Amino acid sequence: MLKTLLQGLRSPVTEPPPALDDPELAALAAKLDRAAQRRLGRSLAIREVDAGSCNGCELEIHALNNAFYDLERFGLRFVASPRHADVLMVTGPVTKHMKEALQRTWRATPDPKWVVAVGDCAVGCGVFAGSPACIGAVAEVVPVNLVIRGCPPTPTQLLRGLLSLLTAR
Amino acid sequence: MTAVGPVQWREIVQRLAAAEATLLGLWGEPGRAHMAVLESGFAITLLSLDCPDNRYPSVSAVHAPAIRLERTMRDFYGLDPVGLPDTRPWLAHGPNPTAYPFLPVEGEGLHQIPVGPVHAGIIEPGHFRFTADGETVVRLEQRLGYVHKGIEALLHGATLDHAARLAGRTSGDSTVAYGFAFARAVEAALGIEPPPRAARLRGVMAELERIANHLGDFGAICNDASFSIMLAHCAILRERVLRCAAACFGHRLMMDCIVPGGVAVDLSAENVTRIRSLVTEVRSRFAPLVRLYDDTASLQDRTVGTGILHADLARRFGAGGYVGRASGRDFDARRSIGYPPYDQLRFEVPVLTEGDVNARAWIRIKEIEQSLSLLEQMLEHLPSGNIRVAIEAAGPCEGIALVEAFRGDVLVWLRIDAACRIDRCHLRDASWFHWPLLEAAIEGNIVADFPLCNKSFNCSYSGHDL
Repeated sequence: MLKTLLQGLRSPVTEPPPALDDPELAALAAKLDRAAQRRLGRSLAIREVDAGSCNGCELEIHALNNAFYDLERFGLRFVASPRHADVLMVTGPVTKHMKEALQRTWRATPDPKWVVAVGDCAVGCGVFAGSPACIGAVAEVVPVNLVIRGCPPTPTQLLRGLLSLLTAR
Repeated sequence: MTAVGPVQWREIVQRLAAAEATLLGLWGEPGRAHMAVLESGFAITLLSLDCPDNRYPSVSAVHAPAIRLERTMRDFYGLDPVGLPDTRPWLAHGPNPTAYPFLPVEGEGLHQIPVGPVHAGIIEPGHFRFTADGETVVRLEQRLGYVHKGIEALLHGATLDHAARLAGRTSGDSTVAYGFAFARAVEAALGIEPPPRAARLRGVMAELERIANHLGDFGAICNDASFSIMLAHCAILRERVLRCAAACFGHRLMMDCIVPGGVAVDLSAENVTRIRSLVTEVRSRFAPLVRLYDDTASLQDRTVGTGILHADLARRFGAGGYVGRASGRDFDARRSIGYPPYDQLRFEVPVLTEGDVNARAWIRIKEIEQSLSLLEQMLEHLPSGNIRVAIEAAGPCEGIALVEAFRGDVLVWLRIDAACRIDRCHLRDASWFHWPLLEAAIEGNIVADFPLCNKSFNCSYSGHDL
């Protein structure tokens, strides 16, 4: 047990934050309400909502908590209730069956709040475009402030998107 | 696919009820019902029944594992299984999704705990209705279908390329297995064989996916028993596997890397070495974690004897993967059905009989060890040559495949039309049979042990909701 613990101390795997050099993310983040940013400071509570994902995005969002990415060192953390959240990270093409739950979650999140659409499905319905069971992109159901593309986006892409929320001024 | 009449259909249904055969799948299309059955000796029988007036003799009238499948056939295709014991909609929620008649509950001092569809963690949506007597769960009723994306409808008329991408997004955690099963079903229909090198590379991807998922699950099970150090260490190992996959195949989850006719990405000599080093690292770092699990009384206290799934239920429901194998059902499509590359490899299929959370954790531990050995064997004798053969139209045809995903067997059946597009395609995740068994396994356990039981099953919502 002690040996296993010490192993982690001897060779930390946590990596430096990614460079924030994506012009699309910078432009989106710049549009965010500055007043809201000042009020929230450099700490964000995130509530993840799967509104129809294949669960690929969830796997990579989960990975943000591993020691390589260590999301909490940036003041970002996942919370269990929308009532504790500043940010909703929404994945999936919004299915008809999740529309009501997504809207209720959004209403339960106190202002000021931001919505991040995560993954190609959340941004533009992805491979599920045209499905009679899907409503479509997240923006068709709740207002979206930032998009992070990818199928699924890698943890580094996710981190870059979230950090741009914190650093935009 | 054998066309049968109602008499033969009833005969096979009676054999399912008498446990002489196992239900692999039951699905519909307009005016027709299809069934796949696993015979003793692991032969697969496919039956097709015309339903001119949209009615057919219900399977679940005598064989409960078919209930949700038949409710879905009603929802999707308007087929009416005569004698269906539960006629509530299943995957179609209708215009008023909050109006769903849950089963009535009567009894003194019982209370209900509704959970979901939006859960507290980073997980998929679904609704759980617990009825508890004090701390003890007396019934769990699930309501699923929240992530129903209309995959079968989208597959109707899709090109093979697009259909392969859709199949690969049925359940993201099993994207390799779905790509593998879809490709094998297409190849069976068209009568083509992928090159030997492609078959090996498919196996490499499938075992990397299995190891990554089992590592994640094992860590998460321990975390749900408040032993978070295991999650931290397993998450590091899982990340190493995914990074290796990205370096070798260009995608962390290896999405779209298996295609009908072969694989889309070749493996360089340098990356063969990379996977070999990964195998060495995972093997050496995982072993002390297993010892830690085995030596920690507080962990064992939570997992041993918790959430027991009895062997007779696992057998009746044809439970695949670690759920079935932890409850005595000795079935693994890689060995029982046998398909390339596994027909040329040596591996053991671990089976336990305790049926509790601990047994499901141990099946995963042993399977990680087997998968590491499989990777070594596959890399040792990697055939040279092409990685993909061309797909040519072969007129209207049908194919079926059963592939072992990390959580159990994935069934894919499809029919291709003359223009080489998908006419109909059905994808059946192992979760279809796991979900109802989770309802059974939690009964009599305390509410606080539900996350542990749930994680030990780790059913797919998306794979089930389609």
